[in-house]
Amino acid sequence: MALLEVSNLDVRFALRQGEVRALRDVSFTLDRGERLGIVGESGAGKSVAAFTLLNLIAKPGYIAGGSIRFEGNDLARMSARDLRRVRGNRISMIFQDPMMTLNPVLSIGEQMVESLKAHRRISTREARAIALHKLKQVYIPSPETRLDQYPHELSGGMRQRIIIAIALLLDPDIIVADEPTTALDVTIQAEIMTLLRELCEKHNVGLVLITHDLGVVSQMTQRTLVMYAGRVIEQGPTREIINDAQHPYTQGLLNALPQMTTPGSRLNQIPGSMPALSNTPSGCAFHPRCQYRYDASGQPRRDCLEEVPEFVTSGNCDVACHMVRDMLAKEAS
Amino acid sequence: MNAVAAQPSPATTSQNRAEAESLLEIRGLYKHFPLADGFLEQLHFEKGRLVRRNEQVHAINGVDLSVQRGEALCVVGESGCGKSTVARLVMGLLSPSAGEISYAGQRIDNMRGKRLLPYRQRMQMIFQNPYASLNPRMTIQQTLEEPLRFHHPDWTTPQVQDKVADVMASVGIDPEWGKRFGHEFSGGQRQRIAIARALAVDPEFIVADEPISALDVSIQAQVLNLLMDAQAERHLTYLFITHDLAVVEHFGTRVAVMYLGTVCELADTRSLFARPKHPYTQALLSAIPRLDDDRPEHVRLSGEVPTPVHLPSGCVFHGRCPHAMERCRQEVPQLIVADDGNQVACHAVEEGRL
Repeated sequence: MALLEVSNLDVRFALRQGEVRALRDVSFTLDRGERLGIVGESGAGKSVAAFTLLNLIAKPGYIAGGSIRFEGNDLARMSARDLRRVRGNRISMIFQDPMMTLNPVLSIGEQMVESLKAHRRISTREARAIALHKLKQVYIPSPETRLDQYPHELSGGMRQRIIIAIALLLDPDIIVADEPTTALDVTIQAEIMTLLRELCEKHNVGLVLITHDLGVVSQMTQRTLVMYAGRVIEQGPTREIINDAQHPYTQGLLNALPQMTTPGSRLNQIPGSMPALSNTPSGCAFHPRCQYRYDASGQPRRDCLEEVPEFVTSGNCDVACHMVRDMLAKEAS
Repeated sequence: MNAVAAQPSPATTSQNRAEAESLLEIRGLYKHFPLADGFLEQLHFEKGRLVRRNEQVHAINGVDLSVQRGEALCVVGESGCGKSTVARLVMGLLSPSAGEISYAGQRIDNMRGKRLLPYRQRMQMIFQNPYASLNPRMTIQQTLEEPLRFHHPDWTTPQVQDKVADVMASVGIDPEWGKRFGHEFSGGQRQRIAIARALAVDPEFIVADEPISALDVSIQAQVLNLLMDAQAERHLTYLFITHDLAVVEHFGTRVAVMYLGTVCELADTRSLFARPKHPYTQALLSAIPRLDDDRPEHVRLSGEVPTPVHLPSGCVFHGRCPHAMERCRQEVPQLIVADDGNQVACHAVEEGRL
């Protein structure tokens, strides 16, 4: 059995204007030590997915259906007390903005000791020793001094390394990282990503990495999940998705990168933009932007307009697209 | 300030060649921001004595650049390297501490008011954040009409409206949008409106400060295409500020790499990406997350960017440079022209160590 098994997750936000469906029918698994990337543009629901993994969805949001099984126990139906034993301890989270995550009025050491003591019965001295050891693991220079410093005294890259140290503090099984390097410069990003991957490999920690950057996914993960308008539209081994994407949206996303065309020529743009979650198109949510929504005679395809596509298996990937399904059916016959 | 005046202008010789076609010339540009503005804020109590200290952020420290007519000069660098300050100085939104900025042969950095007006029309700016650069209380129509009414006070309303309709059509804005307000649009649409506003007065030179950084990947491509189309149709010249090297490789004619307020390498795009010379450029290029390799070997830089308040002596990069030697700690490297015509400010390159 997989370490983490998410099935048919359905998350909604009850707003005054009506209900917004942020996640629909999201299913995936994560094995011990596996690194999974969740990619998508803003509004695709990838951050909601990350928060839901720890059942951190707050009102007006709620989990309307589906399950999040961690070692067989459903986090979606767990009591608050049991959830606290999992959060930060077995599954920890790294957020996007390192300045917002750290408490500005506590020293680094106090924050680290606090979370250690919340989960384990140990003395402050022991906790400090563990904290120091973790800071060394993330290559913080002069860690003894850093323990007594405050977040504002450190640079962005240093803060994000401390957050990684805190995420590793209780030797979790899974780290959920929501755009951990978006706020950082490229050279610092490369450093943090390498560090995160090395630590996950060394300690056999599973990683769920939320990002909009396909380059980062390509370098960090073994499997990738592509999201669009609250649904998973394609998932499979990262290399296969990068080299041979099947879904028209994934293809469009990859082809839109400047690296994909000769310098100076027009970029391959996807027309239109991601729909608002309160107003997703019928059928396949991508159909208004999809170049394959017409049939051979130039008429709009009825199935794209009306039916939500089911997953079909192409190679090692699962793809939700009517066009891909038809192509596979043609090949089989 | 004496030190500023004594600085030689290293790239002058190479720029003389290009002078004929260059649209914008920046010479020996410095910009310092005082950390404490008021007299009382500058007072500190130290060792039992009251001392006055006037510390400054050294945002730009001797930048020489020229932008040729018709090209897209990209300025890249990490946060705090001074790339946006260069853009703002060029547009006259800030005034330089020292140095000269000339546009089409005319010095503009010391101009004020009415004399600057014609240049304000010829040079336009596109800002990074389309959520902040549109006035929330104006309709799109008003937003687009404003620069036209300002620069052409003699135009009649139908003339202005015709021009707005033209520019809307050319950047792919639905005329229906005119009645709506900025908040009703997505980031990509807003940036389209901001571009339309810049193009409305028919400028020849556009300074774009991270115009696509706030946008999603699929929208970035749309906006970049729009900027490239506008360049081809209107023969625009761009000064393009960005931190995204993939965009630079695609869009730029030439690239200036900045670090801590100085230009460390200036080269045409293709040769910069093929053969980066400066150790910082090499590190920067190796840090781009690529799609093809899943085990990248990036150049690891030690330490972090120093603060621009107390600049390092010698080469500003020496603290993080794997090739730094005694000379780098002492002497500020000047931009030298390499055999392929590209410019690089590095002692190691000059001495042939790299």
